[in-house]
Amino acid sequence: MIKKARKLGRGVAIVGAGMSKFGTFRGMSGRDLVVEAFKEMRASVDKGFDPNDIEALYVGNLSSDLFEGQAHTAPIIADWLGMIPKPATRIEDACASSGVALREGIIAIASGLYDIVLVAGVEKMTDLPTERVTDTLAAAADAIYELPAGFTFPGLYAAIATAHMKKYGTKIEHFMKVAIKNHDNGALNPKAQFNSSIRDIMASRMKKAEERGQPVPAWRDEMDFLNDPQANPIIAWPMRLFDCSPITDGAACILLAAEEIAKNFTDNPIYIIGAGQASDVALHQREDLTSITAAKVAAQQAYEMAGVKPQDIQIAEVHDCFTIAEIVATEDLGFFNPGEAPKAVEDGIMARDGAKPINTSGGLKSKGHPVGASGAGQVVEIWSQMRGEAGARQVRGKDITLALTHNVGATGGTCVVHIYERR
Amino acid sequence: MEQREFSGASFYQFLGEGKLMASRCKKCGTLYLPPKPLCTRCYSNEMEWAQMKGKGKLAAFTTIAVAPTLMMEEGYGRDNPYCTGVVELEEGPKISARILGVDAKKPEEIEVGTPLTVEFVERGEGEQKKTFLAFRA
Ligand SMILES: [Zn+2]
Repeated sequence: MIKKARKLGRGVAIVGAGMSKFGTFRGMSGRDLVVEAFKEMRASVDKGFDPNDIEALYVGNLSSDLFEGQAHTAPIIADWLGMIPKPATRIEDACASSGVALREGIIAIASGLYDIVLVAGVEKMTDLPTERVTDTLAAAADAIYELPAGFTFPGLYAAIATAHMKKYGTKIEHFMKVAIKNHDNGALNPKAQFNSSIRDIMASRMKKAEERGQPVPAWRDEMDFLNDPQANPIIAWPMRLFDCSPITDGAACILLAAEEIAKNFTDNPIYIIGAGQASDVALHQREDLTSITAAKVAAQQAYEMAGVKPQDIQIAEVHDCFTIAEIVATEDLGFFNPGEAPKAVEDGIMARDGAKPINTSGGLKSKGHPVGASGAGQVVEIWSQMRGEAGARQVRGKDITLALTHNVGATGGTCVVHIYERR
Repeated sequence: MEQREFSGASFYQFLGEGKLMASRCKKCGTLYLPPKPLCTRCYSNEMEWAQMKGKGKLAAFTTIAVAPTLMMEEGYGRDNPYCTGVVELEEGPKISARILGVDAKKPEEIEVGTPLTVEFVERGEGEQKKTFLAFRA
C-alpha cells in the first residue's frame, strides 16, 4: 500500500460561517433554508464580500430526493443564491454529507483551481411523517443485509451501546448524562431546536399537567425524569427518546478562501490545518463493535497533517446522533482511552466548563440533526467559539486556538475530521 | 448450487432452502458473509459457496419499539417490540439477524454472548414469500 504524508497544496481558511435556525419549519423548502444560512454567513464576513466572487458551490445533502421529492438539488440552490452558471455539486455521504462537502471545497482551493468556494449543508426532513423519516434514514444502512434483520438507525447505535456496555461496563446512566450535558449547552444556543435544558423540559411538562388539571409528575431530578418510561420511552433499547437526536430542518453555509487572500475578508480567519476522511464496512462486518475504525483513521490523518495530538485540541464538536455516539467518538478521537469516556462524562470533563468541552453547541442531540447540514453546522459553532462570538455559551477561561470537528455518516461507513487553528 | 451468482438474491434463495451460505475464496480461503463475488483480499475471481453450521453467539443487540415499515407490517411496534442483533458465527464471520427466544420486553435480561442457533423465518405466501435470517437463543 502506498503511504505518504498527506498535506494540502496550499493553505485554506474559513472567512465566514452561518446557519439557519434548526427546527421544524413548515412551508420552507431546503433551498429557502440555505438562503437563511447564506444571509447569516454573509453578515459574518467582517470586511464584507461580493457574492459574485464565489467560484463554486459544494452542497452536502442526504436525501432531498426522498424528503422533498427533489433530486439534482445543487443547481437549484446555486440559482437561489445567484450563482448560476458556476459549478454546483451535491455530495451524499449520509449524515457526513456536509463534512465531506467541506473537505471537497478545501481540496478544490488547495488544488489551485479556485480561490473562493461556498460550502453548504441542508436537509428538510419534517415534511414526511415520522415512520417514513425512519425508513429514509434507515436507507443509509445496508439495505440487503441489515434492514431485513429489522434494524433501524437508532437500533444500530443501540447495538453498539450493548457491545460497549458488555466490554466496558458502561451504564445507561452514562448515556443519560450525555443528554443532560448537551441539553444544558443547547439551552444557551438560540439556534438550537431544543433551546432548553432537561430541567426546563421537566418544568414545562409539570406546568402543562397542572394547567390541564392532570396529576403533576413528581420527578426528583433529571435522572428520575429520564428513567420514567412515560416521559422518556424506549426507541431501541438501550436508546430512549432523549438519547436520540431529533428530526430537524436546517441549513448551514461556510465561506472558504485561499490562505493568501483570507485577510481580504477578515482580520480573524480560522485556518484549516488538518483534514481526514475514511470509510468502513457495515456494522456486522466489524471486528470491534465498540468503536468506529473510520473515525480513528480519519482522525489520525487529520492529526498528522496538523502536527498536533488529541490532548492539544481545546474544544470539539463530535457527531452525537445518539448519546452512545458521543462516547464512542471521544474515544475514537483519542481524547479518552477506550472505555473511559463514560467516566469522563460522569466527571464533567466534557462539560462547557470542563477540561475538554465537547459539543458546546448542544450537539446534534439538542441543537438538532438536519442530517445533510449537521457537519457544516458543527463548523459554525467552532467558528463562533474560536472567534469569541458564542455569546452565553462561550467557553470561558480558555483562549481557543485549536479545535476539531468529527462528522460521521450512518454507523461510521464514512467519517470526516477537520482541525482548525486561530493564529 | 455451485453455479449460483454470489449475490444477495442467491443468499436469500439459500435461506429459503434452509441454508446459511457464505462465499469463500478458492485461492486464499477467505470467508465472506455476506457473500462477496470478488475476493477483496487477494483479488481472485474464483469463489465458491460454503455452508455455515448455523451456530454462534450474540455479539450485540437491541430491542426495537419504534419499528420500520417492514416490521410494523408484521405487527411489531411500541407495544410489541422485537429483538435484532449481530451474531458472531462459530466459523468467524458476523451477520445481522433477528433474535428469537428472548423476551424483547425485558431487554436488560438479554445477554451479549448468549449461544444461538440459526432459524429461517418465512413471511408471505406464494410469489410474495420471503425468508429472513434469524437466530434462536
Ligand atoms: Zn482470496
